[in-house]
Amino acid sequence: MDSPILEPSLYTVKAVLILDNDGDRLYAKYYDDTYPTAKEQKAFEKNIFNKTHRTDSEIALLEGLTVVYKSNIDLFFYVIGSSHENELMLMAVLNCLFDSLSQMLRKNVERRALLENMEGLFLAVDEIVDGGVILESDPQQVVHRVALRGDDVPLTEQTVTQVLQSAKEQIKWSLLR
Amino acid sequence: MIKKFDKKDEESGSGSNPFQHLEKSAVLQEARIFNETPINPRRCLHILTKIIYLLNQGEHFGTTEATEAFFAMTRLFQSNDQTLRRMCYLTIKEMANISEDVIIVTSSLTKDMTGKEDVYRGPAIRALCRITDTTMLQAIERYMKQAIVDKVPSVSSSALVSSLHMVKMSYDVVKRWVNEAQEAASSDNVMVQYHALGLLYHLRKNDRLAVTKMLNKFTKSGLKSPFAHCMLIRIASKLLDETEGGHDSPLFDFIESCLRNKNEMVVYEAASAIVHMPNCTARELAPAVSVLQLFCSSPKAALRYAAVRTLNKVAMKHPSAVTACNLDLENLITDSNRSIATLAITTLLKTGSESSVDRLMKQISSFVSEISDEFKVVVVQAISALCQKYPRKHSVMMNFLSNMLRDDGGFDYKRAIVDCIISIIEENPESKETGLAHLCEFIEDCEHTVLATKILHLLGKEGPRTPQPSKYIRFIFNRVVLESEAVRAAAVSALAKFGAQNDDLLPSVLVLMQRCMMDSDDEVRDRATFYNNVLQQKQKALNAAYIFNGLSVSIPGLEKSLHQYTLDPSEKPFDIKSVPLATTPLTEHKTEMTPISSSKMPDKLTPSRQDIYQEQLAAIPEFQGLGPLFKSSEQVQLTEAETEYVVRSVKHTFARHMVFQFDCTNTLNDQLLQKVMVQMEPSESYEVIHYTPAANLAYSQPGSCYTLVRLPEDDPTAVSCTFSCTMKYLVRDCDPNTGEPDDDGYDDEYVLEDLEVTVADHIQKVLKPNFGAAWEEVGDEFEKEETFALASVRTLDEAVGNIISFLGMQPCERSDKVPENKNSHVLFLAGGFGGGHDVLVRARLALADGVTMQVTVRSSDETVVDIILASVG
Repeated sequence: MDSPILEPSLYTVKAVLILDNDGDRLYAKYYDDTYPTAKEQKAFEKNIFNKTHRTDSEIALLEGLTVVYKSNIDLFFYVIGSSHENELMLMAVLNCLFDSLSQMLRKNVERRALLENMEGLFLAVDEIVDGGVILESDPQQVVHRVALRGDDVPLTEQTVTQVLQSAKEQIKWSLLR
Repeated sequence: MIKKFDKKDEESGSGSNPFQHLEKSAVLQEARIFNETPINPRRCLHILTKIIYLLNQGEHFGTTEATEAFFAMTRLFQSNDQTLRRMCYLTIKEMANISEDVIIVTSSLTKDMTGKEDVYRGPAIRALCRITDTTMLQAIERYMKQAIVDKVPSVSSSALVSSLHMVKMSYDVVKRWVNEAQEAASSDNVMVQYHALGLLYHLRKNDRLAVTKMLNKFTKSGLKSPFAHCMLIRIASKLLDETEGGHDSPLFDFIESCLRNKNEMVVYEAASAIVHMPNCTARELAPAVSVLQLFCSSPKAALRYAAVRTLNKVAMKHPSAVTACNLDLENLITDSNRSIATLAITTLLKTGSESSVDRLMKQISSFVSEISDEFKVVVVQAISALCQKYPRKHSVMMNFLSNMLRDDGGFDYKRAIVDCIISIIEENPESKETGLAHLCEFIEDCEHTVLATKILHLLGKEGPRTPQPSKYIRFIFNRVVLESEAVRAAAVSALAKFGAQNDDLLPSVLVLMQRCMMDSDDEVRDRATFYNNVLQQKQKALNAAYIFNGLSVSIPGLEKSLHQYTLDPSEKPFDIKSVPLATTPLTEHKTEMTPISSSKMPDKLTPSRQDIYQEQLAAIPEFQGLGPLFKSSEQVQLTEAETEYVVRSVKHTFARHMVFQFDCTNTLNDQLLQKVMVQMEPSESYEVIHYTPAANLAYSQPGSCYTLVRLPEDDPTAVSCTFSCTMKYLVRDCDPNTGEPDDDGYDDEYVLEDLEVTVADHIQKVLKPNFGAAWEEVGDEFEKEETFALASVRTLDEAVGNIISFLGMQPCERSDKVPENKNSHVLFLAGGFGGGHDVLVRARLALADGVTMQVTVRSSDETVVDIILASVG
């Protein structure tokens, strides 16, 4: 078996995808040239969706790549890395993405809510992975850095923990300054 | 949710995608409002989101429209809306490669990057580094250095990661930031630690000493970040791999200690690193394996997957190390994640005993249809390996494979199965009939031309020799009726082989051939006509030459010869014997399956080694009249590996001459060698007629010189000869640094090892797919037989190996493999001798005290027979 010692590198993630329950792309970010053209990307996404949408297992090997995934209601989240990559690192990215979105969408992770907050999604992924390097894996930090306007959320809709969280955040910041 | 309201008009129905029917031109039209004052942040934000969404969907933006939108967007920097600003950064990054003149935002970004708003600083750095080139980098260097050591983690991480991206582009500038990165590595923030470590390693990876120092420092200080720990493990295992030392170094201890880390990610990384180390002992593996065993029962699917995948790799090299986990693996067979179950089963197949095979095969067949093609190929490969291990189980496997063959699947999957069945047929003669029957059934409904032709070829080769050849005819003829041209042509060839070998089938085959002669395709018609005429002659020799054993010339060689012939028209007919024979590829009997990755490689006909040599030699004027190159030998070392000059030789055999090619390398950096040639003193009546020296031989640049030798004409049996070789040259000392040589030099010489020419140099390997037919074709006119005793050889295997390498001929009919527990064996060898004479050798071997060998040689020329027998004796 070819088992090359991994070249130590920070480049871990090859792609992050979010598909809807028809397998259509809601979000896709490819970080290297494994699938250079839009056509190849679409074909890959189709393949990935066909292989994963019926099972609720969280990991698969597809086209020589490790794919970790997670589905919620009508959304499918995928993080893709090399087959030699540490699967748990990819899992950490996936969990961070999902948990961040879950917080930003107030546990309402479904297609419609996501589409109404696309800019939040764009910013969150930008904070989690930069050019294939894991930038942050703590959902709290990600949500904080995305810093969507707080006034969007009426106080009544916030849960107690969220209020506490934001209060804690505020205090921390006032101390840091 | 104010946004929801102003979007309502766009939404046609609930649950639909508001971005679904976006028109690029309409969105770009809308982007005009970027220019309105005052800026409406909400609307602008929405439009930017739409633009990024379109880019994300793979929409193509032309340079002009992208540039226009980009310039309009730059106005939005006037707004202080946080989200809007952040979306601007994203737009900049997305458009960096599409739009022109993106650098105009440099100053805005630099301002944000050094500003007070922490939320802006990190993203601004990343956007800025995305649009910066080497020349611009100098200008922001000062800010980057400051940002790397910034106390805000997001700023520092952004700066470090961006630096890492820029290492590829401007290594020299980023290298100067090493001290700052060093400082960042001791940060409290886990991500900053990880990014700093990654950057430091990339900057230092070519400096072994620095990497070692860095490792020492960090392994002692103990990093908090699990990611950084994984990185350290990878660096350490790479370093261990390069040092090739034993595993008792502190680096190995570090990796082992990580097996006890609190974080699973780190533990797994360490276990995987140990497993992947080459030549790891069972004792060193044990702790890693037991950690993986624990993971097998984890509730997390990813962890179970990772563990069983790694165990699968261990099982390839050290099946015994994994047997301890068999129980845990058994539990995973029913895992809901089919990938995990498959991996568990294939691992068990490797570690399990013969008795468990049946049960496991049953388990796999229950879910094989649910797994992806990649894993199906893995399963087939495991089965193929198993068949070699337990040949007696072939009937179970064959059944299973034929079931898999009936399922749906892609080309790679089907090919793996077919290859596996073919290899079982070749290994186990008793499975031949069932295997062929399964394959026949498969081609009845096979959409892959390559596989169909491959199977038809196999049927043609094996079918006629089965007890009931007639039953295959129907399958083959069905192909002629139903398939594409390539398959029809292959079917006609296969039919001809049945007709040639089975006299009672001949009349029916001839009838079928005549029907094929009316085919609509030229190639099919041509083949049918040709075979029909050959078969009607009813001559064994013709059948053997034109039906069983096809052309054995090298295809590129034939192409070149034909091209030459057309360039230079003459009355003489083209002589096929002037074409060099095909060198049998060394991988002919490779039993291993090719890995999945290699199947993507283009199946291009690469010129063989010999064709490359032919080209090189033809470029030298002295060698142009020698005719086609008959054979090139393997490289022979004429010096020890670690000497001043390294010389290797290749022997090229032509019809009446030999050319010795000497590839010389000068390993002294203070010498320049000139006029290098190798003087040769033959022991027999060989005659050296020309030396072609290498003009210059500079330090570590290989050069070639040649010696041309004429073979003795009066004595064709003198095939072997020993040459004593001396390398002669002019030395000019030179400056090791500049390579500037002195004006004058002196002559010197260097004695090389002797070079031997043996009978193998005059024989080209030729593969005769049907040895029996070829044997009859040559006939017994010049047959000679002699018996030898090989006293020094202890086993049949050894004897077979010796004979093959001594005569340099091609073993046929897989006779190079001696079945186990037998004390007699027949070896069939085929080759082509010098002037285009086929030589066939049948060696009967019997194992008593030593090995007794009865050699029978047939050839179309008597001297050749004598030469072979004389050289064996």
